[in-house]
Amino acid sequence: MKEFGYQRALDVSGALALLDADPDARFLGGGTNLVDLMKTGVERPGRLVDVRELPLDRIETTEDGGLRIGATVSNSDLAAHPDVRRRYPALTQAVLAGASGQLRNMATVGGNLLQRTRCGYFADVTKPCNKRDPGSGCPAIKGEHHNHAILGASDHCVATHPSDLGVALTAFDAVVTYETADGPGELPLADFYLPVGDTPHLETALPQGALITGVVLPPAPVAANSRYRKVRERASYAFAIGSIAAALDVQDGVVREVRLAFGAVASRPWRARAAEAALLGGPVDAAAFAAAADAELAAARPLPHNGYKVTLMRNLVVAVLSELAEEAAR
Amino acid sequence: MTTTTTGIRAVPAVGTAHTRVEGRDKVTGAARYAAEIPFTELAHGWLVLSTVTRGRVSSVEDGPVLDMPGVLAVLHHGNAPRVDTDYVGMLGMPPDPTIAVFQHDRVPHAGWPVALVVAETSEQAREAAEALVVHYEEETHDVTFAGEHPDAYSVPGPGGPAVTEKGDLEAELAASAVVLDAEYTTPEEHHNSMEPHAATALWDGGRLEVVDSNQGTIWVAAELASLFSLDPASVHVRSEHVGGGFGSKGVRAHQVAAVMAATILSRPVRVVMTRRQMFSLAGYRSPTTQRVRLGADAEGRLLALEHSCLSLTSTVHEFIESGAGVARVMYDAPAHHTANRVVRLDVPSPTFMRAPGEAPGSFALESALDELAEKLGIDPIELRTRNEPAVGPVSGLPFSTRNLPACFEEGARRFGWADRDPRPGVRREGRWLIGTGTAAASFFVGAMPSTAAATAEADGTFTVRINAADIGTGARTALTLVAADALEVPTDRVHVRIGDSDFGPAMIAGGSMGTRSWAWAVTAAAAELRERLALSDGIPPEGITVRSDTTAAVGALAQKERHSFGAQFAEVAVDVSTGEVRVRRMLGMFAAGRIINPLTARGQFTGGMIWGISMALHEEAVRDRNTGALYGADLAGYHVASNADVPLVEADWVDDSDPDDPVGIKGIGEIGIVGAAAAIANAVWHATGVRHRNLPIRPDRVITAGPHV
Repeated sequence: MKEFGYQRALDVSGALALLDADPDARFLGGGTNLVDLMKTGVERPGRLVDVRELPLDRIETTEDGGLRIGATVSNSDLAAHPDVRRRYPALTQAVLAGASGQLRNMATVGGNLLQRTRCGYFADVTKPCNKRDPGSGCPAIKGEHHNHAILGASDHCVATHPSDLGVALTAFDAVVTYETADGPGELPLADFYLPVGDTPHLETALPQGALITGVVLPPAPVAANSRYRKVRERASYAFAIGSIAAALDVQDGVVREVRLAFGAVASRPWRARAAEAALLGGPVDAAAFAAAADAELAAARPLPHNGYKVTLMRNLVVAVLSELAEEAAR
Repeated sequence: MTTTTTGIRAVPAVGTAHTRVEGRDKVTGAARYAAEIPFTELAHGWLVLSTVTRGRVSSVEDGPVLDMPGVLAVLHHGNAPRVDTDYVGMLGMPPDPTIAVFQHDRVPHAGWPVALVVAETSEQAREAAEALVVHYEEETHDVTFAGEHPDAYSVPGPGGPAVTEKGDLEAELAASAVVLDAEYTTPEEHHNSMEPHAATALWDGGRLEVVDSNQGTIWVAAELASLFSLDPASVHVRSEHVGGGFGSKGVRAHQVAAVMAATILSRPVRVVMTRRQMFSLAGYRSPTTQRVRLGADAEGRLLALEHSCLSLTSTVHEFIESGAGVARVMYDAPAHHTANRVVRLDVPSPTFMRAPGEAPGSFALESALDELAEKLGIDPIELRTRNEPAVGPVSGLPFSTRNLPACFEEGARRFGWADRDPRPGVRREGRWLIGTGTAAASFFVGAMPSTAAATAEADGTFTVRINAADIGTGARTALTLVAADALEVPTDRVHVRIGDSDFGPAMIAGGSMGTRSWAWAVTAAAAELRERLALSDGIPPEGITVRSDTTAAVGALAQKERHSFGAQFAEVAVDVSTGEVRVRRMLGMFAAGRIINPLTARGQFTGGMIWGISMALHEEAVRDRNTGALYGADLAGYHVASNADVPLVEADWVDDSDPDDPVGIKGIGEIGIVGAAAAIANAVWHATGVRHRNLPIRPDRVITAGPHV
């Protein structure tokens, strides 16, 4: 494999300077995705700037009562944090639904958001892929795509984003904070991932050379009654074929607040705003949940072999909201 | 001169649990595997595989790569040594031409070896191999395996003839009270062992030395000798520890390429396959499309049985996945037809994979029996009991032993089958529908001629040398127990050495025949050694060694139907709204001869059953018909059961000592997987009321099939 340099950054400004000094450099977090991609030749950096020792490993309550999660917090530490477990249980469930214990110990929050699709064509450098090699084509559309996108895809790419964590963060209106040589910035997670369009290789709105420093969760009392459900082709250690992060607040038999986000259906974690709008102020029953799911999934454009995902997501919306409604009633 | 004693054991070692004799070495990392053994001046070869599926190599731009750091050589069809493939190998088959690397410019499938780049380090070799530009003249390909292919033809498989026919099928079907006619499919499946294929080759004093990971060093040595036109005695292959084989570890491209490079460079060369390369070069189980037609009278007695199986092979080698063979053993009927057919496509050559034939064949036949039981309103076990044949349904030969009913009886008792409500789709626990299922299992057992040497050492210990292979099965330990009993000494005085072609001819670890074949030779050598010791005054410093050869004894075995049998039970939970299927518990009861080491035997049985969970629910190699290559050819894309998929799997056995074997052994290597997928699929039907005839039973298939929520 390609020889590469390795340097460990000790502070954020140092990390930015190291990256800036080498156009072929990449940040290295836990390495649980980047190193795999280097082995398969998908990624060929000349230098790795290890940011895992940066002082970005804390989880703190913000002044307004939200949470600030450092970019280098490991997935394991995030899932185990008492405030996360109590105030955003779907976040803990999402993290624990992913990967394995060993991987979660290594993987970072920042890296999780920047992980690449697990599309098999993307991972195979002998095949065309518009995301890896712009303009080369997308073999998935007429080939294997039973776990590809049904929402927000394009004729250029139908890959899905693999993150579980990102789905829960999306449901809770997380904001990504970053640092550049020109100063800090932030991006709501809803705007963090770019639409696929004809540029599937451009995945995020992060400025060139930016380093993710953390994720801020605004206060969300509704999140205390939240759940993450992941469906996959085996019981563990597999990416989702469909997942859902949901939070529900019911008062007087009416939906007062609701959050819904889908995973494994689009190039980014998919906030189901049409479904939320349909539910808000409405009744708490399976028919209303199903109608809300249909409102969201009306935009679905399934391929010949992934139409089951429409049924799956509809069923997941009804099942998980029904469970949350039952718990809210207790 | 010292003296030694035998005959001091009161309790036999065979039948008592014994941890692996090399277990400590393995768990501490002291056991070295093929790619870990150091050599001075070692060079590293990296295989380059074709990126097109059919065509010709028009040129290999090796010039720029030869200038890269550390690169020593680039072998390809334009410069590689020639090899001879006109021979019949140890297993009675001509070699798969895939192993004859770099002999011509044809590319018959995606992932065909087109070059080997050799460099000073593995990383340099890989970087150069990935930089090597190969130009192709690409041709259109056909990789589409479907139920009906115009080019399919009948052909005998490893297990018997292509077609067996008796009786008038249509007449018996017409006379049947109940008829079942169903098609079943299984996908392309891969045995991607934990330890990748790896070999180091070097010339030492005029001998070709190969350190390898394989299922039989004599097998590999003989094929290398034939390929390179060498005196068999001048090829020495060793394979001390093997991290899984499952049928895939014979001669493969990596050993041949390593020998070529070692010959040209006159230094040791190691070639290791990557995980992704294994999906092209290590063989696999063909997909199958099977049709089963059953006709029975109202009491469930079979009047007609037809089982046909279509599999695929490559355009360069004929290998048959003989799924229809299982019916020739399991059930009789006045009209009984079986047929194995194959179609040649532009795909890599399939090969033996755990329970070849029986694994997919039993899924179809045992699912069909369950469907027939449903139609008849007869308990599935009772239906099988009513159709127990007295003799081989096709051969007419007697069974050596056939304790299948005992397996069902004891298995049903332990599993709680008597309490089962036969109605499907009526048990619910929360979001889960619950069901149970069962299936029968069988696998051919036999013995092959082997040689062994037993030495009484001057220090009072014994050394047994036999060219066995321990591919993770526990064979080394089992043979230690067998040898200890045969010598009538405690196990700690016996040292068994295996995996060295200089130890002489022996059966490979394959076909569920390794332990039986080796144990026979070990027992014979030990018995003769005891006689020699009884007549000797003492042990000279070099010890006393006797050799055995079982060729005559094995050849004298009477013609019989010889098989292990088993009954598989499974309980599953299905969420039809999400398509998730979870196995909650499995039980396998086996009649598989005398069990040598219960500890490792249980591991082999449950390992097979867990593989059956994978086969039922997870495993599927997806071949993209447009590119002709596999999609997601790694262990992230190709799913096997994770720990979370395997909650409670139990295996046990009934007494079934083989009267024709000196130790009573039959063979346990394959049978654990046989019937397991059918038991799970039958349980999914019992849970949901929906029959799944296509494996794996993926969530999307369950969601689509219903029942709909």
